[in-house]
Amino acid sequence: MIEIEQLTKRFGLFTAVDGISFDVEPGQVLGFLGPNGAGKSTTMKMITGFLAPTSGQVRVCGHKVEGDARDAKRVMGYLPEGAPSYGEMTVAQFLSFIADVRLLKGAERKQRTHAVVEQLNLQAVINQPVETLSKGFKRRVGMAQAILHDPQVLIMDEPTDGLDPNQKHEVRELIKGMAQDKIVIISTHILEEVDAVCSRAIIIARGRIVADETPQSLLARSPSGKLDDVFREITCAEVRS
Amino acid sequence: MKNIAIILRRELSAYFATPVAYVFIVIFLVLSGALTFHLGGFYERGQADLAPFFNFHPWLYLFLVPAISMRLWAEERKSGNIELLLTLPITMAEAVVGKFLAAWLFTGIALALTFPLWISVNYLGDPDNGVILAAYIGSLLMAGGFLAIGACISATTKNQVIAFIISVVICFAFLLSGFSIVLDFFRAWAPQMVVDAIASLSFLTHFSSISKGVIDLRDIIYFISLIAFWLYANTVVIELKKAS
Repeated sequence: MIEIEQLTKRFGLFTAVDGISFDVEPGQVLGFLGPNGAGKSTTMKMITGFLAPTSGQVRVCGHKVEGDARDAKRVMGYLPEGAPSYGEMTVAQFLSFIADVRLLKGAERKQRTHAVVEQLNLQAVINQPVETLSKGFKRRVGMAQAILHDPQVLIMDEPTDGLDPNQKHEVRELIKGMAQDKIVIISTHILEEVDAVCSRAIIIARGRIVADETPQSLLARSPSGKLDDVFREITCAEVRS
Repeated sequence: MKNIAIILRRELSAYFATPVAYVFIVIFLVLSGALTFHLGGFYERGQADLAPFFNFHPWLYLFLVPAISMRLWAEERKSGNIELLLTLPITMAEAVVGKFLAAWLFTGIALALTFPLWISVNYLGDPDNGVILAAYIGSLLMAGGFLAIGACISATTKNQVIAFIISVVICFAFLLSGFSIVLDFFRAWAPQMVVDAIASLSFLTHFSSISKGVIDLRDIIYFISLIAFWLYANTVVIELKKAS
């Protein structure tokens, strides 16, 4: 379970995230929506412990992200925006480094590494340096890294950004396959994605939550039956007011 | 401790996965050899010691060590990897120390590869090997000092060239802080106590006494505390700059 209380982040005078609160239950796939600069990435960076909040707090599976950082980070897997990884390492070396840090040992380590390589179809590139791979493969390496330790909480910042339709489909299948008892949070601009994989959608604009419901009820708001229209209506209304 | 070792291993293998390691080692060996024999007059002096070799180390390090340290954090920030690294279950201090130790160990490897000089001088004469060992220790400590400065500066920017240039300038100031070129800058406005304190920070004076075979605890404490200070500054800088 993730508990977020009055989370706020200011950069100088600019308030990127403005006192947002919500809980996420196991089994939920939460889609985080919002225009560029709405505060999606900043919120994710605070949940994963990369940025310290200006005020408010985040608890992940009972561990405070500030204060109990190591335990909180252990239960999370995180795919940062753009899926960074160490370019000069081969896929196998990179995953082995992550396995070291994640304290995976012996049979479990072998089994997990094998499983993620299989799941993300990395067999063909396993001995290639990451920097020589295509964008789609790099993204998959980033995802492999995030799920290697079979985390309770998976957080992905724009996991399908820049992928072709087939790759997007694969990523969505993977997310769907993960979910039962886990918490998944993904951020995206792509609204169809929310409809396809998420059980809950939060729309944020200018650092505040402006909608928090199921994709179906969001859809029901629109006379045209298109998520795009709902999105525009909600986020633009916020800006005008 | 285990996490430090994991980071260290990854960083060290990163040096050898790219040409950086080989270019550095070759240039270091060629330059240190050339300086020892040509400028240092290794043969002409007719003395069985490695003074002409170690005398050039501060100047070699001034340019070569920032070349090692410039990528430590600048690259991590530019590629966005810092976000991955710092959301793994390791602490900032472990990451900073692991990276620093990898770079230090790497310069240690380069330094150890100068052993043919030590063999030569033992073949040619009867040097005081205790002095040579002390000088190697001093040289390694000095390299650590340069590296800690460079690592901290590297965290202030995403641009490795900027990190290199600023590191060279700050290392230069530390190298010569006992000399008028640096002290005159402070004498005009700082109280005498500050000027004296700055004068006592010179790498050159601390290194030259060790390299003469005098292992004074104060010199060792100087280098260790200098390294500790800059690594602490390194964590502060990352904390401040990682969001940008």
